[in-house]
Amino acid sequence: MIITKDKISKLSENLSQIDEVKGRSLWHDAKIRFFKNKAALLSLITLFLVLLFSFIGPLIAMWSNEEIDWNVLGDISTLGYPSFETGHYFGTDELGRDLYSRVIQGTKISLMVGIIGALIAVIVGTIYGAIAGYFGGRIDSFMMRIVDILMSIPYMFVLILLLVIFGRSIFMLFVGIGLVSWLDMARIVRGQTLSIKKKEYVEAAITIGVSHFTIIRRHIIPNLLGVVAVYATLLVPGMILTESFISFLGLGVQEPNTSWGALISEGAGTMRYGTLWQLLFPLFFFVISLFSLFFIGDGLRDALDPKDR
Amino acid sequence: MSNSILKVNNLFVDYISNNSFLFPWEKTKIFRAVEDISFEIFEGETLGIVGETGSGKSTIAKAIINLLKVSAGKILFKNNEISNLDEKHMRKYRKEIQMIFQDPLASLNPRMNVGEIISEPLKTHYPNLDKKEIKEQVQEIMENVGLLANQINRYPHEFSGGQCQRIGIARSLILKPKLIICDEPVSSLDVSIQAQVINLLKELQERFKLTYLFITHDLNIAKHMSDNIMVLNLGKMVEINKSDEVFSNPKHEYTKKLISSIPKI
Amino acid sequence: MLNVKNLFISFKTPEGIVKAVNDVSFDLKKNESLAIVGESGSGKTQLAFSILGLLDKNAEVFGHINYKNYNLLSLKEKEFNKIRSKKISIIFQDPMTSLNPYMKIKKQLNEILMNHNGVTNDQATKESLRILDAVKIKDAKTTINSYPHELSGGMRQRVMIAMSIICKPEIIIADEPTTSLDVTVQSQIMDLFNDIKKEFNSSIILITHNMGIVQNVCSKLMVMYGGKIMEFGETNEIFSKPLHPYTKGLLETVPKIDDNYQILKTIKGNPINMTNPPSGCIFRTRCPKPTQECKDGSTLNSLIEKEPKHWVDQCCVNCH
Repeated sequence: MIITKDKISKLSENLSQIDEVKGRSLWHDAKIRFFKNKAALLSLITLFLVLLFSFIGPLIAMWSNEEIDWNVLGDISTLGYPSFETGHYFGTDELGRDLYSRVIQGTKISLMVGIIGALIAVIVGTIYGAIAGYFGGRIDSFMMRIVDILMSIPYMFVLILLLVIFGRSIFMLFVGIGLVSWLDMARIVRGQTLSIKKKEYVEAAITIGVSHFTIIRRHIIPNLLGVVAVYATLLVPGMILTESFISFLGLGVQEPNTSWGALISEGAGTMRYGTLWQLLFPLFFFVISLFSLFFIGDGLRDALDPKDR
Repeated sequence: MSNSILKVNNLFVDYISNNSFLFPWEKTKIFRAVEDISFEIFEGETLGIVGETGSGKSTIAKAIINLLKVSAGKILFKNNEISNLDEKHMRKYRKEIQMIFQDPLASLNPRMNVGEIISEPLKTHYPNLDKKEIKEQVQEIMENVGLLANQINRYPHEFSGGQCQRIGIARSLILKPKLIICDEPVSSLDVSIQAQVINLLKELQERFKLTYLFITHDLNIAKHMSDNIMVLNLGKMVEINKSDEVFSNPKHEYTKKLISSIPKI
Repeated sequence: MLNVKNLFISFKTPEGIVKAVNDVSFDLKKNESLAIVGESGSGKTQLAFSILGLLDKNAEVFGHINYKNYNLLSLKEKEFNKIRSKKISIIFQDPMTSLNPYMKIKKQLNEILMNHNGVTNDQATKESLRILDAVKIKDAKTTINSYPHELSGGMRQRVMIAMSIICKPEIIIADEPTTSLDVTVQSQIMDLFNDIKKEFNSSIILITHNMGIVQNVCSKLMVMYGGKIMEFGETNEIFSKPLHPYTKGLLETVPKIDDNYQILKTIKGNPINMTNPPSGCIFRTRCPKPTQECKDGSTLNSLIEKEPKHWVDQCCVNCH
């Protein structure tokens, strides 16, 4: 017989694999809801364009961010005006440096601080909070008291102190922001963990005999990610604002590195000389990025509707 | 002579609220959830535990699977003491004692698909199995509980209540346990689906020689599922007897009251 | 008194249009009580909510609901508020979520009285105490000063019932009033309904999936499935002679104490997905013996009076 038993079993195996119905996970549903939200989608595109700008922008820049254009130095308010001929698309700053390149530089640094700061907060805060919340009891009390103590330290004061003592550098900025940004996240994650811990599927996992850390990894953290994602997108603008404030005070990144805050600070200072572009360009990027992040956060919150949890 | 699968001797479970670490002037409050419960289940049998809300039936279930501490008394599984064991030692018994939960949707992790949910026990206790083996076992168990094997990638929210409960049953069966504790497994299901799930549980018991501890507040279902029934009221054991005896010849006032409250069709 | 005619309710959801209620008509006369029995997805709760205008904003309602000479579907909120609680009241399913956890029982009861009858706080408290006695709450004075979470499930449901009868309404809609309660409390609550019927002359519309509790309280019975009426008539008549396979199935699947079936009779299949109902006869996926006509839909799902005052769905009465 041509049709043998193995062939039949192989055929049925293939058939059952072809027939396997694709599942529709909750993330998938959330993604669809998110993309239906026009404001969020627009914001995502805007943010992406800003990021693209910071990478591709330098390719069409005619001046670097450090070069001083001696031609315009005497009379910046007329000669430093934004134009295509001089190559200063955004004009120049007070010292004759190309504002276009400076804005690109500032965008890179501000976004980096925001995103990396948020990332540190998310990773450290989530793991810390999940462990504290899951194990409860003395471990939880101990861990959260540390958080309380760290939170009660006046943050700005410490950050400024660090920057003054150890000198201004991007690294110091990260250290300062990193020290504090994970605290809120840890609190939130701990709270969520406490409620997830009581759910039946966690009880089921314990009954099965799954080890504690596997439970945290497989059952608790994936169900937290909704809240974490929303909060993280709000953290990014928070970081950028903090950094901008520090830079505005003059304590942030050092020259020739710059950030939105520093640029805005300079621009605000020279407003009265009529060189408005020095303020408006960095301000523009600052505002649309923050707005986009807030709308994305809102969109995420709507998409990850708690009813589905 | 059947083997004794589960033996509970004089079980007491208290809930203790103890804030004296932080607030030394507060007295420790003790709530006695379960008082002096004793019973024994033999292989292949079903013991039904019947009681109303607050009677302590879920507490007994949780104490047996070590989710709650036993304040006094012993729980013996196949003549080994398992009450208050630490997790390391309890681990090897977990393969043999499984539980089916009340709310089918809530007992499944919404972020995992059916295949992952059902295979979790396998992956936990037999980490060396390869993917193909695991998949085969999962699909086989799915067919046994009446689920289509090709649904293996779907997520819990895509199924109905009755189907979710079947997933829960499949998950509890895959390790071929000796004892399955059913904590009100059909209470949240529609009436017509309840009957399907109960028939399934009975069929599986016969096929795989399972032993059930069946917890419910519904007397009709208890009588149908169980060989013996224990009636609980406010944490105390009020009556324990063969099913037929409990209904034809109830000895305790509370049992009589329960039986008379059943709406008659 | 209450007349529902050709009622259609559908909802716009992201998954599609859900036709929750499909062409339902019935009458309720004074002092009559009706039980609406069905499982999840049958549309019974939506039907009840539509009478009191409590449906979600994404609901589309067509048809007629007339209470005396009011057209309930076209009433404005202000006028509706005069009818709600005073003429037609509702008891919701889960007493814990229907009571405000931050307000004492006294405040919640008094609020209703002061709103509708314009009485003072003290007069309202007196009346509230009287009503709590009427629902057989033993310690009315303590209860009235408690918060919802301090009471047991049965007590909370009694408080809900008290809230619903406090203005002596003509119609009380009870949406699964005993689902979350224990068996002993359930029978007490059903007895309470009987007392209320007699004392206040109210009509009760009882919505439930539990066939067991309807016989003592309701004289009329309506069985719903998939948004349509499957069977309608006198309760005792239907219990002794069910004509629809679904009704028969519901009556049979409850394991009874006095029989000894090894395998329970079931209704095969699963409750239908209302975004994608079966074509033709809506019950055919669960019917024990569906025919080709059921699939074609050549017999409409509409009611015919098979026996005097006993209506059955036309399609399904043939297949059994």
